[in-house]
Amino acid sequence: MATLASAIRQFTEKLGRTTVNGIVEFGYSITLFLESFYWLVFGYRRNQAVKVDSLFAQMMQIGIAAIPIVFVLSFVIGIMLAIQGIATLKTFGAESQVVLGIALSVTREFSPLIIGILVAGRSGSALAARIGTMTISQEIDALRVIGVSPVRYLVTPALVAMMIMLPTLTFFGDLVALLGGAIYSNLELGLSLTAYADRSLEILTVDDVMQGIWKSLVFAVIIVLVSFSNGFSVTAGAEGVGKATTRSVVLSITYIIIADMIFTFILTH
Amino acid sequence: MNDSAEQPVIEVSELVTHYGTRKILDGVDMTVNAGEIMVIMGGSGSGKSTLLRYLLGLHQPTSGSIKLLGHDITKLSAKEVQELRKQMGVSFQGGALFNSMNIGDNVCLPLREHTNLDENTMRIMSRMKLEVVNLAGFENLMPAQLSGGMIKRAALARAIVMDPKLLFFDEPSAGLDPVASVELDELILRIRKAMNTSIVVVTHELDSTFRIADRITVLDQGKILMIGSVDEIRNCDNERIQNLLNRKARETNIDAEAYIRRLTAETS
Repeated sequence: MATLASAIRQFTEKLGRTTVNGIVEFGYSITLFLESFYWLVFGYRRNQAVKVDSLFAQMMQIGIAAIPIVFVLSFVIGIMLAIQGIATLKTFGAESQVVLGIALSVTREFSPLIIGILVAGRSGSALAARIGTMTISQEIDALRVIGVSPVRYLVTPALVAMMIMLPTLTFFGDLVALLGGAIYSNLELGLSLTAYADRSLEILTVDDVMQGIWKSLVFAVIIVLVSFSNGFSVTAGAEGVGKATTRSVVLSITYIIIADMIFTFILTH
Repeated sequence: MNDSAEQPVIEVSELVTHYGTRKILDGVDMTVNAGEIMVIMGGSGSGKSTLLRYLLGLHQPTSGSIKLLGHDITKLSAKEVQELRKQMGVSFQGGALFNSMNIGDNVCLPLREHTNLDENTMRIMSRMKLEVVNLAGFENLMPAQLSGGMIKRAALARAIVMDPKLLFFDEPSAGLDPVASVELDELILRIRKAMNTSIVVVTHELDSTFRIADRITVLDQGKILMIGSVDEIRNCDNERIQNLLNRKARETNIDAEAYIRRLTAETS
């Protein structure tokens, strides 16, 4: 009996602690988000304007440097969707409808989701590892005692860069995935590229594209906040940095997928 | 002792701090006078590094006040603390140089963030400070390319680039060979002489302490054992202090009841 009681106690204790930690972390992320924008808007008034060159440096790392891999992934996904689409639609003899399937699924779903996950793995991990290392080597403390807000100096540029570059990459991914789909359809169905492009433009509305862009904006915020809150909370040396990096990638991807579902539900109702 | 009419630059009174539920500092009172080198000494776990972190305003204490240059940092707004920090320099234990920047940019960073000087002036100022710490010509190297002693000196150059009124050192001789350690001590003395900075050094190195200190604060288990000049500390007959000076192991009486309670993890 005693063991059962203590097991229950331990379980409830752990549950309580995890819940409290979760709430603390959520609150921390929200504060981080608000503080970043505070510095972006009012930083110059306190003589601590957000530096444009660090913003551009982040945009290069997060966005421009990811273009080749985004190109490859989006192109392959376009082809993959075309293969699946043509194969399934064949049973109804409606192969030509593949254009519709690709256009809508790419812009609304695949492009933001896949690129969000890619950037979470690529830049989210890099941010978490960098901030974690800076925390354990007291670089964050050094910034604070120099009188530089770490949020203004580190978080704001990354957040703004991510919020600009992830939607941009998503739009770029839309185009490349459509190109991939077009090329495969051309080879398989003999549909000309111009006809494919015309058809796609006919189907797609601004809303379809914007749905993906809005999603990617939310994903951008998720990636940055999760990475930074994990990075800042590192305490236990190199192993802690590794754990924080892994944790931030896994959490970012999980939140992205959950947010995607919620978003899709809201936008289609 | 303190017969100068000047106000102390650092005034700590009744400082109590906690880490979680554990009390770390327990009613610390101390002052540092202008132009003075105060060494905070104590064994591991005595709370000396914690005291430094609170002096730097990195945490909010449970109670008590910390006055730096006449301002109570526990009551200042974030903006006022930021202003105050322009007059403080800190050299961290591991240097805490920004690894993504070269030495020159590291030293320039406070100038870049707080002044509107043009690039050339900032470069010249940072080179002057690097010259002071004998690192002239190293500004294009990355922190990873420097030795431990050089990193500490570069961090010192960054700490003094704004000509601070207060300078803090966390374990300046940790991880340095005896020669490099003596050199760093000489440097600390030279900077005090040249800039009349008030300096707080946290260390457990006895040799270094006796070389540089004007006064010494001895901390033990979160409380101040004694504050006094080098001679006063040396000649003091307090057993804990003599143990610390003679490197003798602590003798602790084990309370059997408390021991059992700790082992069984019963909180009551």
